[in-house]
Amino acid sequence: MTPAAYTDRIAFDHSRLRHHRRRKWVNQVALALSLAAMAFGVFWLIWILIETVRLGLGGLSLAVFTEMTPPPMAETGGLANAIFGSLTMVALATLLGTPIGVMAGVYLAEYGKTTWLGRITQFINDILLSAPSIVIGLFIYAVVVARVKSFSGFAGILALALIVIPVVIRTTENMLSLIPNALREAAYALGTPKWKVISAITLKAARAGVITGVLLAVARIAGETAPLLFTALSNQFWTSNLGEPMASLPVTIFKFAMSPYENWQQLAWAGVFIITMGVLVLNIIARTLLRSKN
Amino acid sequence: MNTLWTDTAFSAAATGAAWLTLALMVGIIVSLVFGAGPAIQEFGLGFLTSAVWDPVNNRYGGLVMIYGTLATSLIALVIAVPVSFGIALFLTELSPGWLKRPLGIAIELLAAVPSIVYGMWGLLVFGPVLATFVQQPLQAAFTGVPVLSALVAGPPVGIGILSAGIILAIMIIPFIAAVMRDVFEVTPPMLKESAYGLGSTTWEVVYKIVLPYTKAGVVGGIMLGLGRALGETMAVTFVIGNMNQLDSLSLFEAANSITSALANEFAEAAEGLHQASLIYLGLVLFFITFVVLSLSKILLARMKRAEGTRS
Repeated sequence: MTPAAYTDRIAFDHSRLRHHRRRKWVNQVALALSLAAMAFGVFWLIWILIETVRLGLGGLSLAVFTEMTPPPMAETGGLANAIFGSLTMVALATLLGTPIGVMAGVYLAEYGKTTWLGRITQFINDILLSAPSIVIGLFIYAVVVARVKSFSGFAGILALALIVIPVVIRTTENMLSLIPNALREAAYALGTPKWKVISAITLKAARAGVITGVLLAVARIAGETAPLLFTALSNQFWTSNLGEPMASLPVTIFKFAMSPYENWQQLAWAGVFIITMGVLVLNIIARTLLRSKN
Repeated sequence: MNTLWTDTAFSAAATGAAWLTLALMVGIIVSLVFGAGPAIQEFGLGFLTSAVWDPVNNRYGGLVMIYGTLATSLIALVIAVPVSFGIALFLTELSPGWLKRPLGIAIELLAAVPSIVYGMWGLLVFGPVLATFVQQPLQAAFTGVPVLSALVAGPPVGIGILSAGIILAIMIIPFIAAVMRDVFEVTPPMLKESAYGLGSTTWEVVYKIVLPYTKAGVVGGIMLGLGRALGETMAVTFVIGNMNQLDSLSLFEAANSITSALANEFAEAAEGLHQASLIYLGLVLFFITFVVLSLSKILLARMKRAEGTRS
C-alpha cells in the first residue's frame, strides 16, 4: 500500500467511525428522551393522585356522607344530597342509555356491517364519543329545560344517558365483532332464528366485554360536570323529586372549589377524593373483567 | 310464525337504535342552529371577528372565546405531541415486556381521571406552583426585554392561557399516546426487522420506517387529541380565569374560552340575544370539533385499511 492510499484509508475509517458514533449518539439521546416522556406522563398521574389523597382524606369524615351541603362558613356539613343526586342520576342514566347503546351496537355488528345506515352510524357515533359534553348539555337545555321552563334531575339524566350511548355502542360493536363467525354459522345451521343467535349466543359470548363498556360509561358520567350545569343545575337540599333541580357531586365540587370559603373548599376536596377513587376502582374492575375473560 | 314475529321485532329494535343515534346528531345540530338563530340574524358571521362581549348593551362577539379555545388547544398540542410520541416509542420499542402492561394502564388511568379533578388540582395545586417557580423567575429574567416581558406579564396567581394549555396537554397525552402506540404496533415486523438487519439503530427504525408507515394514524391520533382539547370544559374553566380580554399578550393573563364562557354564563344568561349568542358559540365549537374529529376518523380508517391489505 502506498503511503498516500494508506492515509486516505485512515481518513475514510475515521469519517466512518465518526458517522457511526454520531448515529449511536442520536439514538441514545432519542431513547433517553423517550424514557423522559414516559416518566413525564406517569409523574402527573402520581402527583394528582397524591394531592387528591392528601387533601381529600383531610376533608373526609362521617359527616360528609350524612349531612347536607352547608352554607358558606358553617361549622358542619357534608355532601349527602350531592352524593345521593349523583348516584340517582348516574344509575338512571345508565339504565336508560345501556339498552339503546347495546341494541345500536348489535345493529352495527350483526345487521349493518355493509349498509349505508351502518356506516354512517358508526362514523357519527365515533364523533359523538369525543364531542364536547357541554354541547350535549346545550342540546338537552334546548329540547327539555327551555320547554318545561325548569331545571330538573330528569334533564340531567337525559344528558348523561346521551353520553352513555356512544360509549356502550362502541364497546358492544367491538366485542361482537371479535366473536368468531363459525359460532354464528353453527347456530344458523341448526335453524336458529337470527334474534336468538344474537341474544343467546353472540351477545352472551361477548358479555364480559359489554359489561366492561357499561362500567366504563358509568365511570365516565360519574365525573361529568359540564352537561349537568344547565340541565340538573344544583340543589342545596335533599331531593328525590326528579322534576326539581338536583344536586350532583361534580357540580357541587365546581361550585365549592371556586368559592373563597374554606369549609366549602375542604368539602370539595373530599368530593374529588370520592369521585377519583370511585372512577379509578370502576376502571380497574372493568379492566380485570376484560382480562380474565381473554 | 311466532319466531318470525320476534325476529322482525328484534331487528326493528336494533335498526331503531341505530337511527336514534343518527337522529341525536341531527337533533344536536338543528337545536343549536335554532337556538343560535337570533344571534346569527343579528350579528351574522361578524360575530366570529368581533371581540365585544357586552351583556349590558346586548352586543356580542365571540373572538375572545374563540381565540382562547384555539390558543389553549395549540399550547396543549405543542406539549402533548412530542411527549405522546416518546411514550408510544417507549411502550412499543424500549419497555421490557413485564413493564408494558402496568405502564400502559397508568397512562390509560390518566385518561380516566374526571376533568373536574384536573381542574381543581390545576387551580389549587398546580397553578400556584407554576406562578412561583416559572412565572416569577421568568418575569425577573425578562424585565426590560420588549416582547418577552409582555409574554410573561400579569399577577402571579397561576391562572391563564398557559396553565390551561398545560393541563389540557396532560389530559390529552393519554389519548394521543394510546392511538400512536396502537398504530406503531401494526407496523409489519418484517419491515422493522429488515431495517434492524441492515444495522439501523432503534431511533432510525422508528423515525424512518415506523413513522412514515403509520403517518396517517399518527395524525389521526393527534386530531383526536385536538378534538378533546377543544371541547374540554371543566379543567379549562377552573384555570383560565374567565376574563374577556384580548389586550394582553401575556400567557399568564386571565382569558376566556368557548367552553368556560358557556359553563359560567349560560345558566344565568337572560333569554334572548345573550343566550342565543352563547349557543352560537356552542355551535362554532361543535362545528370545529366536528371537522377535526371527522378528519381524525378518516385518517385512522385509512390506516386500518392499509393494515387490512398488508396480509
